[in-house]
Amino acid sequence: MKPVVHLSAAVALLGRFPALAGIDLDVARGEIVLLRGPNGAGKTTLLRACAGLVPVVRGEAVVLGRDLRRHPRAIRRRVGLLGHVTGLHDDLTVGENVRFWGRAARTEPADVEAALALTGLDGRLRDVPVAELSAGQRRRTSLACLLARRPELWLLDEPHAGLDAGARDQLDALVVQAVGQGATVLMASHELDRAQALAHRVVDLVAGRTITPGATGAGADVGGADADRVDVEPADVGGADVGGADADRVDVEPADVGGADVSAAADRAPDLAGAPVPGAEPVPVPPVEPVPPAGRPGTEGAPSPASVATPDVEASPAAPGAEVSPVAAPGVEPSHVA
Amino acid sequence: MTIVSPETPTASPDAPTGTGSPATRVLGGLALAAVALAALYGLVWSPADVEMQDSVRLMYVHVPAAVFTYVGCVITTVASIMWLRKRTAGWDVLAGAGAELALVLVILTLATGSLWGRPTWGTYWTWDARLTSTALLAVLLTGYLALRRLDLDPDARSPRVAILGLLLVPNAILVSRSVEWWRSLHQRATVTTLDPQIDGDLLVALMCGFLAMALVFVWLLVHRFRVGWLEHQAGRLDLDQALADRRAEGRAAVAGTAPDTGTGPGTGTGPGEDTGPGEDTGPGEDTGPAASPPASSGTGAAPAPAAPAATEVTA
Amino acid sequence: MWRDAVLVARRDLRIELRSRVAISQVGPFAVLVLMLFAFALDPDRGVLDRATAGLYWVAVLFSGLLALGRSAAIDEADGVREGLRMSGLEPGGVFLGKAAAVAAQLLALEVLLGAGVVVLYDAEPAGPLLLVATCLAATAAVAGAGTLYGALVAGLRVRETMLPLLLLPALAPVLIGATRAFEAALDGVPADGWPWCGLLAAFAVLYSVAGALAYGALLEGQ
Repeated sequence: MKPVVHLSAAVALLGRFPALAGIDLDVARGEIVLLRGPNGAGKTTLLRACAGLVPVVRGEAVVLGRDLRRHPRAIRRRVGLLGHVTGLHDDLTVGENVRFWGRAARTEPADVEAALALTGLDGRLRDVPVAELSAGQRRRTSLACLLARRPELWLLDEPHAGLDAGARDQLDALVVQAVGQGATVLMASHELDRAQALAHRVVDLVAGRTITPGATGAGADVGGADADRVDVEPADVGGADVGGADADRVDVEPADVGGADVSAAADRAPDLAGAPVPGAEPVPVPPVEPVPPAGRPGTEGAPSPASVATPDVEASPAAPGAEVSPVAAPGVEPSHVA
Repeated sequence: MTIVSPETPTASPDAPTGTGSPATRVLGGLALAAVALAALYGLVWSPADVEMQDSVRLMYVHVPAAVFTYVGCVITTVASIMWLRKRTAGWDVLAGAGAELALVLVILTLATGSLWGRPTWGTYWTWDARLTSTALLAVLLTGYLALRRLDLDPDARSPRVAILGLLLVPNAILVSRSVEWWRSLHQRATVTTLDPQIDGDLLVALMCGFLAMALVFVWLLVHRFRVGWLEHQAGRLDLDQALADRRAEGRAAVAGTAPDTGTGPGTGTGPGEDTGPGEDTGPGEDTGPAASPPASSGTGAAPAPAAPAATEVTA
Repeated sequence: MWRDAVLVARRDLRIELRSRVAISQVGPFAVLVLMLFAFALDPDRGVLDRATAGLYWVAVLFSGLLALGRSAAIDEADGVREGLRMSGLEPGGVFLGKAAAVAAQLLALEVLLGAGVVVLYDAEPAGPLLLVATCLAATAAVAGAGTLYGALVAGLRVRETMLPLLLLPALAPVLIGATRAFEAALDGVPADGWPWCGLLAAFAVLYSVAGALAYGALLEGQ
């Protein structure tokens, strides 16, 4: 199966600075890949390059089958980027924003409604102007805008930042659900515990290049087995951190990243039954029907939130996490890091 | 050790110390001679005009200046169109050179016209069609050059400048047509044309003026273009060098030591910083390139010093 | 493309209505400009009366600059531009939608200024057909050219100073044409004014086409 993202020795410039200085990356459909690396490594630029926003000047860059060097705009509608900027109009309400961006991307009104429901924004918050929202709520609104587009490739830039624990769980659940319906997720995060538990594998970036395991030369000094695949049991997905580490990001020295954290994540017992998260707004997580992918997950590969059973808006606070049944993704073949 | 890839031309091995060349020296010599000739004819050999007396001599400068102003504007517009199609920097430089020359010449046109007007009409300025539209053209050119001067990343600046340049000639035409139409409704009794019927020696003087102006114009254009081109070359990114610096920075960061490229704290100690979601990492936005001035300066400074400033901007 | 234009126009208008800046600030500013002219030009000596058409359109242009600045600012907000690029909206449609939204605001301003001129300058409207046609054509011209030039300087720190510098000389033909047409109407010789109206219409078409074509390059080029 052709990879959703294929980058080979890709170089991308921000003005005159080579933010990406040689990226090798292959992401197959249905994978959740975590990008890891210090600030300035180029994670954000890599995500934006995959969205066609930053031109790739050297190497190969093929996303969703289109050559980004020649047609960067071709894939824009099929890709969803959740970045540091919100892309929201302060004067409009949450509902109006999601509806505008949804209609701009030619989505059905039903999908817009479903996106609002999935992020818990279809209640009181729907008619609140974005200017009056907290940072976390704005993040959720941006996420709703992304959901409404039903993209085949999700590009998440530090998606957990600014969200409380309940919202983080919800995001993880949505990611898993989308992947189960055929989407692919590329995520950059400093929240390593949570993200590593969520991801199928981890890719390290340093100074604009992907670090390959066992590479010769100085580049191989990055810790130990960090670049290895992180095999995660399906049951680990989503809920691992509810009772666990503090909600702050874990900042990790690149040299420290290694087998230690990986095994720690695997050791943590999945706490899916999730203690109710105190103080969180009622965040309904719809029960997910595992959609058994028949050979090729999804139809055109576009996840369809509307296909989920009607979200139970009155879900009690105790419910979050409990309903997230493990979603098997047998069609995924995590390819090794190039 | 950088390896120069075939598609990235290296900086010229012997950087030129000036913009002269054998051709331009010949041209310059000719231009000088033509100016001398025009001055002689214009000031000495040709007689004063019957009506305008000696002030007609200003015409020998004024009319060619006006004509070549338009030539400069046309160069700018055509070069802008070519840039939009070909996207090579040379056209952008040419458009700028044309506009600068046009501005100089339009000011000369207005000045000589105004000086001519004083003895003729008794006033330095009159709102007749030509003068008015010429003045507006001066403002259009000033605006165009102001946009060029903005401290922007070339990628951000060039499309905007090109579209504005493209609109220059249409704007100039629209303005002059509408002004002419407007002022023709208020025709003054004394028709104040600025290029009267002339013949004989006066015509010869005018032709000399044209010749001199043409040569000087071309000479200036070539030199201005070369200066602009050199500026462009000097500021151009040597991609391989930049990549090598970035990789060195990466190796040093990984090794945990401060890289010897002189990068600041933003690199090797990245993980210790909690930049938070408020970090401005919108590299594609206009604030991105502008926020890292060292990276986008037009000098030939190596990209290495630029790296620390930029690394603090990007994630 | 038209669908995208309608979508964007509705968004821009909704934002304006929600923030109420156009109503509460730009409108009063327009009337203020009329009053400033009266202070500067001695209302008793008939100067205002003879210059009504010109003063009216100058006031429209200045208020229009404010409206255009706000239109450009909508897309400068936090990541909206990136969102537009990612959304797959036709850039030409976005341009037309924005221009349409500005045009709607300008028309409202012109009605307000018309009332202001009748009241403050004692003007007597005549030749209504020509007046209305001129308003429509001139509004389209200002909105089209203004949106294009707004895009040229969008996102720049110096946008507020560059926009007038670039736009007003380009709008000189519009000012000339609209004023002549108004004068013709007010003087009772509309036949003189229709050709000017035609010029305005041509201008509007030219800039609308140019803007629709150029907007994509401007959106992408950072």
